[in-house]
Amino acid sequence: MNIVACIKQTFDTEAKIVIDNGQVSDQGVNLIVNPYDEFAVEEAIRLKEKNGGEVVVVSVGGDKTQEALRYCLAMGADRAVLIQDPALDNTDNIGCATALAKLLAGMEYDLVFCGKEAVDDGAAQVPSMLAEKLDLPQVNVITELEVADNQATATREIDGGSEVIEVQLPVMLSAQKGLNEVRYPSLPGIMKAKRKELKVVSLADLELSADDVAAKTELVAAELPPARKAGQVLTGEVEEVVAQLVKLLQDEAKVI
Amino acid sequence: MDFSLSDDERMVQEMVRDFAQTELKPQAPTLDREHRMNLDNLTKMAELGLMGMNIPETYGGSETGVIPYSLAMTEVGRACAATAVTMSVTNMVAEVICTFGTEAQKRKYIPPLCSGEYFAGSFGLTESTAGSDLGGMKTSAIKEGDYYRLNGSKIFITSAEYAGVIIVWAVTNRKIQRTRRISAFLVEKDTPGLSIGKAEEKMGQRGSATNEVILEDCLVPAENLLGSEGDGFRIALMALDGGRIGIGSMAIGIGLEAIDYARDYARERMQFNQPIASFQAIQWQLADTYAELQSAQLMVLMAASLKQQKKPFTKEASMGKLLASESANRACYHAVQILGGNGYIAEYPVERLYRDARVTTIYEGTSEIQRLVIARHILGAF
Amino acid sequence: MKVLLAGDNVSGLAEELKKFGPDEIAVANSDQLADYTTESYAGVLADYIKQENPSLVLLGHSAIGKDLAPRVAARLGAGLVSDCIKINVDGGDFSFVHPIYAGKAIATYKVNSAVKMATLRPNVFPIEEAEGAASVVDFAPEIAASRTKVKEVIQQAGDRPELTEADIICSGGRGLGGPDGFGLIEELADTLGAAVGSSRAAVDAGWRDHQAQVGQTGKVVSPNLYIACGISGAIQHLAGMGSSKCIVGINKDPEANIFNVADYGIEGDLYKVVPALIEKLKEVNG
Repeated sequence: MNIVACIKQTFDTEAKIVIDNGQVSDQGVNLIVNPYDEFAVEEAIRLKEKNGGEVVVVSVGGDKTQEALRYCLAMGADRAVLIQDPALDNTDNIGCATALAKLLAGMEYDLVFCGKEAVDDGAAQVPSMLAEKLDLPQVNVITELEVADNQATATREIDGGSEVIEVQLPVMLSAQKGLNEVRYPSLPGIMKAKRKELKVVSLADLELSADDVAAKTELVAAELPPARKAGQVLTGEVEEVVAQLVKLLQDEAKVI
Repeated sequence: MDFSLSDDERMVQEMVRDFAQTELKPQAPTLDREHRMNLDNLTKMAELGLMGMNIPETYGGSETGVIPYSLAMTEVGRACAATAVTMSVTNMVAEVICTFGTEAQKRKYIPPLCSGEYFAGSFGLTESTAGSDLGGMKTSAIKEGDYYRLNGSKIFITSAEYAGVIIVWAVTNRKIQRTRRISAFLVEKDTPGLSIGKAEEKMGQRGSATNEVILEDCLVPAENLLGSEGDGFRIALMALDGGRIGIGSMAIGIGLEAIDYARDYARERMQFNQPIASFQAIQWQLADTYAELQSAQLMVLMAASLKQQKKPFTKEASMGKLLASESANRACYHAVQILGGNGYIAEYPVERLYRDARVTTIYEGTSEIQRLVIARHILGAF
Repeated sequence: MKVLLAGDNVSGLAEELKKFGPDEIAVANSDQLADYTTESYAGVLADYIKQENPSLVLLGHSAIGKDLAPRVAARLGAGLVSDCIKINVDGGDFSFVHPIYAGKAIATYKVNSAVKMATLRPNVFPIEEAEGAASVVDFAPEIAASRTKVKEVIQQAGDRPELTEADIICSGGRGLGGPDGFGLIEELADTLGAAVGSSRAAVDAGWRDHQAQVGQTGKVVSPNLYIACGISGAIQHLAGMGSSKCIVGINKDPEANIFNVADYGIEGDLYKVVPALIEKLKEVNG
């Protein structure tokens, strides 16, 4: 079973966001593998361990993204491909999906995994766009998965519950928290990772032009949200405080 | 000279930090309060390769190297010192066997130490009359055919109650020069005549069991002699050199954890209408502590680097252990001081960290012994 | 403004839609659309957009909208901004406001394709009724077969509202001390008709299902009222609920960060405060 896992390198979720000249600054920010993509990579590795085959982890990014890919190799992925090109620096989700789709079109796979969204822009676009570009069926936001006899049965979150989807392979699946418990890369895994293949390809290698991956959306400006001011702390006996709170919620905040 | 970590070293550091912060740190207060080790943690650590970091893959080790080992010990030390000391001793035991063992001994005892089949390994050296002075050792080993008969008792043995194998030092020949009197033996748990006493009530690192080990006509197969008869002294000293890197690294972790907590507290704690971090009295304590801890860590890493390159590192390991353990104690002292009354109560972690740090100037050679080792290296024969 | 209404037996809903004032309602009614499947719905929506050639296409940032919009955008080559909290209209020009880093920053986007697409965060845009006598037309494109089949739909147990759509959310965290503490949070929630949320700490401890997690790696919510019980207010949690209209924090630790953002804070043992609050609310509600 050949599996591709698509990952993005993102800010650590604990990172403090600093805006510099209308853009989010990455100065001094710790970078990690997007947490949802870790579930994707973990699921890919588990399926490989069960069924044999190969896990290829792919990403679009710059020099630093190699660290994220190495991390996935240390977890147990077999090889990695990074699409790196100056023309991708300012692209958007559709541009990334286009580049990834071109890369995957030249590969053999039964399953494509993504994280359900990246914790940076929270757009949740690339998985479905990639599926569309590859003409694959898609099941997003999955929390359970079984693969047998060339068929996947996946449980995905929907509003107010979940649904169970059946689909023939190949398919694109995007992972939600709860799908599995992500392993820590073991020390032998880390030592082996440096001997595994990490290939860097450019747009030219994929026979794509800068126009092919041109952004259709542009981040004009980013700003910090208005700071929330600390309100009042109510003090006194429990009964008094509670009565005070209910009154404030009714009359001042008007929310109940 | 480049002080930056390699990609591998950084990845090991980050993985262990992630693991220790997520899995170990939340349990540390409970393990301390209940004087209990969580053996599952040891198994998980073995599965990650943390129990045989300087052991070749052939024997089930992760062969990560001494610098990554030091970084990993610091991270585990930050999260839970009781777990860290267990990791340190287990690694040391595996390494001793790897260095001095026969091929058969290596194949038999190292893989279970690395894989977690043995929760831990123990180092049975200290006796009530033999602490810094191994010349006071009374435990005896008398050869009888294919066996050695061991009699005596060991105290303060880390992890003995859950160790799969204990290295026990005993006197094999009282009549020769003191450095050739003792030998080391691999004693499996459940060997008849071996019994483990109850765990001591300790000031700190309470999650880790520290037992008495009693040997009463304990027959150990002669093939379990480590090295040759009379090698015991040399084996102990060599093991302790490496152990000092582990304990020094852990001490730095404890110290950093305490002072980081105090730093964050100082930023938020308001007195006289301002955060106490704005007072120079607090700033100087922080500045001195970080300067000390960081220089101690450089010293420990230098020892680790020398060991990794298979160069002599005894003096550097002693210097590193001395600086690290002493500065960790001072770091905790200052952390408690900065937290004031809150530093003295168990609600805040620095209270435990202070207790956990204390023993680091005592075991794996007291600070006095470290100074002795350093002085001997500096002065040479005169 | 035109509305596409797709599904099986949905013609009746057209009347409902009229009161929001669209100009035209196109109804795609087919038994092939009984279950939501990405491919069938994507085909219908893409065909409709091609037919109408609008300048702006809006969907909800719901489970369906999130699944459908990017697929259609990729098919049509349209730029898409997800999870918008505001759309600025300047002449014929649109800009889209979308919180990034789970609300730790707010970004404004422009879209350069002819058809611009956006999904809208639930509960943020006010719902207004308007005069309108929209015409209802049939839209009957060829419906693509779906390769995915819905085998089963599992409704969430209980009748509490969906987290992302709830007006009121009561959340519990590490301060509950154990999974049983959520019984109290549920009781409070039911008194208020609220949804139950959880901090990451409580989810990681296994006290609550991850579906309930509010925060950077959980759900992003913006209810009218968010009551945080025993939640310290870590930055990741604030990222998920910081846009709530009114925040109440109940915590015994006076230094808890939640008090820095709460409109109303109660410093005290939640096991004393919450039962008293439930009593009081019942009393007020009669």
